[in-house]
Amino acid sequence: MNAPAAYNFAYLDEQTKRMIRRAILKAIAIPGYQVPFASSEMPMPYGWGTGGVQVTAAILGPEDVLKVIDQGSDDTTNAISIRKFFAKTAGVATTTSTVDATVIQTRHRIPEAPLHGGQVLVYQVPIPEPLRFLEPRETETRRMHALGEYGLMHVKLYEDIARFGHIATSYAYPVKVNARYVMDPSPTPKFDNPKMDNCPALQLFGAGREKRIYAIPPHTQVTSLDFEDHPFTRYRFNAPCALCVADDSYLDEIVTDDKGGRMFVCSDTDYCETRQASGHRGSESAAPHKERAHG
Amino acid sequence: MYVAVKGGERAIENAHRLLAHERRGDRAVPEVSLAQIAGQLGLAVDRVMAEGSLYDRELAALAIKQARGDMIEAIFLVRAFRATLPRFGATEPVDTARMQVRRRISSTFKDIPGGQILGPTFDYTHRLLDPQLAEELTPEPPAASDASPAAMPRVTDILGLDGLIEPSPKADADTPVGDLTREPLSFPADRDLRLQNLARADEGFLLALGYSSQRGYGRNHPFAGEIRFGEVEVEFLAEDVGFAVPLGSITLTECQMVNQFKGSTTEAPCFTRGYGLAFGQSERKTMSMALVDRSLRARELGEEVIAPVQDEEFVMSHSDNVQATGFVEHLKLPHYVDFQSELGLLRKLRKEFFEAADADMQEAAE
Repeated sequence: MNAPAAYNFAYLDEQTKRMIRRAILKAIAIPGYQVPFASSEMPMPYGWGTGGVQVTAAILGPEDVLKVIDQGSDDTTNAISIRKFFAKTAGVATTTSTVDATVIQTRHRIPEAPLHGGQVLVYQVPIPEPLRFLEPRETETRRMHALGEYGLMHVKLYEDIARFGHIATSYAYPVKVNARYVMDPSPTPKFDNPKMDNCPALQLFGAGREKRIYAIPPHTQVTSLDFEDHPFTRYRFNAPCALCVADDSYLDEIVTDDKGGRMFVCSDTDYCETRQASGHRGSESAAPHKERAHG
Repeated sequence: MYVAVKGGERAIENAHRLLAHERRGDRAVPEVSLAQIAGQLGLAVDRVMAEGSLYDRELAALAIKQARGDMIEAIFLVRAFRATLPRFGATEPVDTARMQVRRRISSTFKDIPGGQILGPTFDYTHRLLDPQLAEELTPEPPAASDASPAAMPRVTDILGLDGLIEPSPKADADTPVGDLTREPLSFPADRDLRLQNLARADEGFLLALGYSSQRGYGRNHPFAGEIRFGEVEVEFLAEDVGFAVPLGSITLTECQMVNQFKGSTTEAPCFTRGYGLAFGQSERKTMSMALVDRSLRARELGEEVIAPVQDEEFVMSHSDNVQATGFVEHLKLPHYVDFQSELGLLRKLRKEFFEAADADMQEAAE
């Protein structure tokens, strides 16, 4: 039997990393364009962040400091699982601090704290094709991108307005990158869209199952699709965070009882904890949950 | 007081510990060994090797044990291991005409050179649960005779001699065979990539698609020209010595379907081919694969694409069970951020709906 031996730094072999880096470089050169790459099976399932994991594995160096978030939180199970994977296979330092991290892998959120130059934000992407739900065929959507033929998307947004009075897309809200490619920002809430515009950090997007990588280089124009008379708006539940009273952060809705009780707290746990540590206290306190230790 | 959700790390560890405990089952019962799985659940091992895309019986048995018998989980384990293996090169094409045949049947001719050989098969067994098997049962030794010296040409080769079936395309030594694990797939895909995709594809998915073609969704009139199962030699061209050296033998099942003929005013009519090949004894898989392969040749053969089984983007994008299970099961992951966004939008739309309804009521009252 070929017993699994010790794995290479950050799991992937150097040849595979080189292949992924080539795709990343191409993606950076053509902002918003989806570059096909030979994504392979990772030790976690497709749809659970294998695209992000492959991108992170390809760019990680021994000096990097890694942060992994899911739904904005460092403590969700999948974020923990991915962070542990790189701590084990690459031995890199990990952090929960947005400011201290050099590489941040994320699912569904962009951190609230502004990113700075030199940082890389790696998004996990389930369906990279923004036109997929309008046109299921890859051959067709690639042609539409090549010709910049985005009328179908505008018709969809217009039909939303005609039916509901609003654009009825609340997450994975399509953007145009560098005035050329329409891009799926991954299923982040549209609240996060403006953070992608002119961002000093490099933004990389990895879709493992769909075998695509795309990128937004630092300081690139990213605009959310809209109409002059129906401009893009952010959505945020109108309340301060119950823990840190932030009134500018995206909130998670927590069901507190079965009688309609709700509370709203920051989805970005690092942002919330940093604010609490510097004295911002809300109506509720967050005692860290202590688990009983079993032998 | 609100208690922040923390401590997932310990929860994960404990869940895995519990899983290992459940996997072991009743500790008073002896643990199942890899040799038992490889030897007595051989068809499960074959399927894991075929869809896991790695020929290693022992590793496949380990994967089945580790996966508690969940086949797709076992296939996933093998695939993830396979992805880390270095590539030394590609072997010479295997020659199934020179197979050491253990089973070989044709449904198109009553007798064929080399004969029909049933071999180990469930066919013609009565599906009656055997209570004797519940206890340990030593089966009778198999009947044996001397190996037949007769050659066993492939049925499609016999048809080919008369030009009754389209020739298989000649391999071009200068054009390497595609590999979708090394290069990202793009459409339209050629037959080499389609066959690779189908060879790795989920058996159940191919079975359903093949079945749909038989029921009229893209019918292609198949006959099982030949199914053969046995051992073939694998040879590798060693650059150092300058000739192909044998690496060993692997067990394969091959199915060649003979399908509806085509022809035109300029071309004589002849049967067409559908091809299936898989590791181990995998008849259902290779037969389904051959049906789907033939259906996917619609574009090449100038047939109208009207059914899902003929649509290569549809078939190839959804055939991989490791991809499919990952994406279906990822719905277990938290989605509260998107869901909160949707909740916000829905509440707003409902509020506007009821406000408009109220305004209408007011107007009607006035």
